[in-house]
Amino acid sequence: MDITEYIKLVFTDYTLRTITLGTAILGAVTGMLGSFAVLRKQSLLGDAISHAALPGIAIAFLITGAKDSNTLLIGALISGLIGTFWIRGIVTKTHLKSDTALGLILSLFFGFGMLLLTFIQKQPNANQAGLDKYLFGQAATLVESDVWLMAIVTGLCLIVMLTFWKEFKILLFDADYTQTLGFNTKFIDILITTFIVLAIVLGLQTVGVVLMSAMLLAPAAAARQWTNSLSVMVFLAAIFGAFSGVFGTAISASQNNLSTGPVIVLVAGVFVMFSFIFSPSRGLLFKQIRFIKNRRDLELHKTLAFMHHIAETHEDISHPHAIKLLNNFQGYTRSTLQKLVDKDYVQLDGNMWSLTKTGFETAANLYTKQSTEDE
Amino acid sequence: MSNAQLEIQLIASLVAVACAIPGTFLVLRKMAMISDAISHSILPGIVVGFFVTQDLNSPLLILLAALTGIITVVLVEYIQKTGLVKEDTAIGLVFPAMFSIGVILIAKNANDVHLDVDAVLLGELAFAPFDRLLIAGTDVGPKSLWVVGTILLITITLLILFFKELKISTFDKGLAASLGFSPAIIHYGLMSVASVTTVGSFDAVGAILVVALMIAPAAAAYLLTTDLKKMLALAIGFGIFSAIFGYWVAHWLDASIAGSITTVLGLVFLLVYLFAPSKGVIAVMYREKQQRTEVSLLTFLLHLKNHDELEERHVNHLREHINWQKVRAKTVLDLAKKNNMIHIEKNIVSLTKKGDEFTSKAIDYIITNEDAQIEDMKDDFFLFRG
Repeated sequence: MDITEYIKLVFTDYTLRTITLGTAILGAVTGMLGSFAVLRKQSLLGDAISHAALPGIAIAFLITGAKDSNTLLIGALISGLIGTFWIRGIVTKTHLKSDTALGLILSLFFGFGMLLLTFIQKQPNANQAGLDKYLFGQAATLVESDVWLMAIVTGLCLIVMLTFWKEFKILLFDADYTQTLGFNTKFIDILITTFIVLAIVLGLQTVGVVLMSAMLLAPAAAARQWTNSLSVMVFLAAIFGAFSGVFGTAISASQNNLSTGPVIVLVAGVFVMFSFIFSPSRGLLFKQIRFIKNRRDLELHKTLAFMHHIAETHEDISHPHAIKLLNNFQGYTRSTLQKLVDKDYVQLDGNMWSLTKTGFETAANLYTKQSTEDE
Repeated sequence: MSNAQLEIQLIASLVAVACAIPGTFLVLRKMAMISDAISHSILPGIVVGFFVTQDLNSPLLILLAALTGIITVVLVEYIQKTGLVKEDTAIGLVFPAMFSIGVILIAKNANDVHLDVDAVLLGELAFAPFDRLLIAGTDVGPKSLWVVGTILLITITLLILFFKELKISTFDKGLAASLGFSPAIIHYGLMSVASVTTVGSFDAVGAILVVALMIAPAAAAYLLTTDLKKMLALAIGFGIFSAIFGYWVAHWLDASIAGSITTVLGLVFLLVYLFAPSKGVIAVMYREKQQRTEVSLLTFLLHLKNHDELEERHVNHLREHINWQKVRAKTVLDLAKKNNMIHIEKNIVSLTKKGDEFTSKAIDYIITNEDAQIEDMKDDFFLFRG
C-alpha cells in the first residue's frame, strides 16, 4: 500500500478515519498538558495516575453494570484524582519522598484494580468482557462518539488554558511569587492537575494504562529541546503528540498484528531521540560540535601564545623560527598553523615561521582581555 | 489446607521477603520508581529469552531479562547525565519504550509464543504449584519455589556480606566513597539484585505486584522506625503478613491472588499511614494543631507582657486586637489558665509569676536561639520539641 492510497483511505474508511483522528487529538491534548507535567517535575505522575484509574473503571462497572465508556471514564477520573491527592498527602504529611509515594499509589491502586477485575470476571454477567482493554488499550475500539468526547475535552482544555495562561505560567516557574501576588495557587494547581488526570483517563482506552505515561511525557520532552519559551513548547508538544498519533496509526495499520498503542509510543520515542540529538541549542550533536570547535580554538590560542613566548625573546618580533620548534603539546597541528596564517597572525616561509605585528599584539593580549574575534 | 495452598503461600511469602530487602534500600535511596521502570522493561528481555529457551523458568531467561532491567537503569542514567531532561522524565521515557518493544515482539510472533502480556504483568500465582521441577524423575516441588528460593538465598547472602557498605552508601554517599567503597559498584549491585528479583518473581506474582511488594512494606516500615535493621525486619514482616493474609482474601473472593495481596498491602500501608505513632497523618495533624495553639499562646503571653494598660488587657479587646476567632481565643485563654500562666480579674488578664518567667525564657530563646533556655519546657510543649 503506497502513501497516497493510504491517505485516501484515511479520508474514506470509517474505522481508519476515526482512529487517526482520535489518536491525533489524544496526542495533541496529552502533549499540551504533558508540557506542564514535565516542567512541574511531575513526569511520573502520569504513570501513577493511569494505573490508579483502574479500580475506578472496575468500580464504575460494578455499580452501573454497564460498559458505557463514559461512566467508566468518570469512575477512572475519580479514582485517578483520589490517587493524585493521596500522593500529595503522602508527600506533604510524611517524610516519604515523592518517588515512594508515586510507586506506592501506582502499584497499590493497580493491584486493587486487578483484584476487582478478576472478581468481576467471576461474576455471572456476560457483559464484562473487554474491560481489560483498558490495560493495554485498543485503538481499534474507538468509535465516533469517543472522538467527539476527546475533541470536546480538548476544546475545553484549550479554553481553560488560554483563560488561565498567565496563572499557569507563573505558577509553573515561581509558585511562591504567585502566592504573594494574591493568586489562589491551590485552585490553579488543582485545575492543572485535574486536566492532566482528565487527559490521561481519555487516553486509557486508546493506548492503555502502561503506555499512557509516555504519551504524556515524550512529546513534551521532545518539545523542550527546541525552545525555552513555554507557549512555543506547548504548541510544539501538541504537534509532536498529534504526529505521533497519526504516524503510529499509519504504521500499525500497514502491518498485521501490530497494536497501535506501542507503535505510537515508539514513534513518540523517535521524536524524542531526534530532538535529543539534533536540537540546535541543546542537542547532543551540536553540543559535541561546539565542544570540538572550542577545543580547536583553545589549541590555536595555545600555539599563538607559545609563538609569542618565543618571539618575545627577540628584538625583531618577526624573526623567523623553525617549524620544528612547535610541537603537539602546544596544540600545534598543520591545520592550526594554516589557520593562523589565514588570520594573518603568522607568515610562513618554507620551513620557517614568523609572527606578524597583528599576531604579536593579539598574542600579547590573549590572556589579558577577552577577544571575541577568534571565536 | 491442601498441599498446593501451602505451596502458594510459601512462594508468596518468599517473594515478599525477596522483594522487601532490595525494596527497603530503593525507598531509602529515593529510587522507588526505578523498580517500576525495571518491572516494565524486562518484558522484551523475557520475550527474547523465551524465544531462545522456550521455558519461563529457565535461568538463562532470568539472566537475559535481568540484563534488560540493568540496561534500562544505564539508559536512564545516560539520559539523565546529558542534562536534557530531569531524572524522572528520563525514567518515564525509557520504560514505556522498552515495554512497547516487548508488546510488539509478542504481537508479531503471536503464533510461536505462548506468552501473554497479561501473564507477565499480572502473573498467576494459582498456577505456580502445577509447574513442577523434576530432578531425575522425582518431584522436588514447584519450579517457581526453587527459582524464588535461590534468588532469596543470594539476596540474603549479599545483604549480610555487604550490609555495612550498603548502609553507608545509602545514607552518606560521600563518606562511602572516601572510605573506599565504590558507590557505583554498590549501586549497580543493588540494581542487579532488584532486576533479578523482579524477573524471578514476575512469573509467580506478576511485575506490578513485585513493585508493590518492593515499595509498600518498606514505605510502611519507614513510617514506623528510623533504624535500618528494624526497618528491614518490619518490611519483611509486613510482606509476609500481606502475602498470607492476601492469599486467604483471594481464596474467599475467588479473585486474583496477586491483586488481593496488593490490596492487603494497601490496607496495611493505609493503617500505618494514618496511625503511625509519630509520623502518621493523624499524629502529624495533631502535632501541627498543638503547635499552632502554642504559637498563639506565646504570642498572647508576649502581648500581655508588653502591655501594662488595662484596656489592652481586657478579654474582649484581646480578641479584637490580636484578631483571633472566638473559639481560638478561648482555647488559648483556657490553656494559659490551666498552666497557671495568667489570672483573670474582672475581665482583665494579667500574667502570673510563672507566666512572666515563662515568657522571659521564651523571649530569651527566640532572641538567642540557644537550646539550653528551653530544656525544661520541652516536656510540656510540642513547639519546643522540634
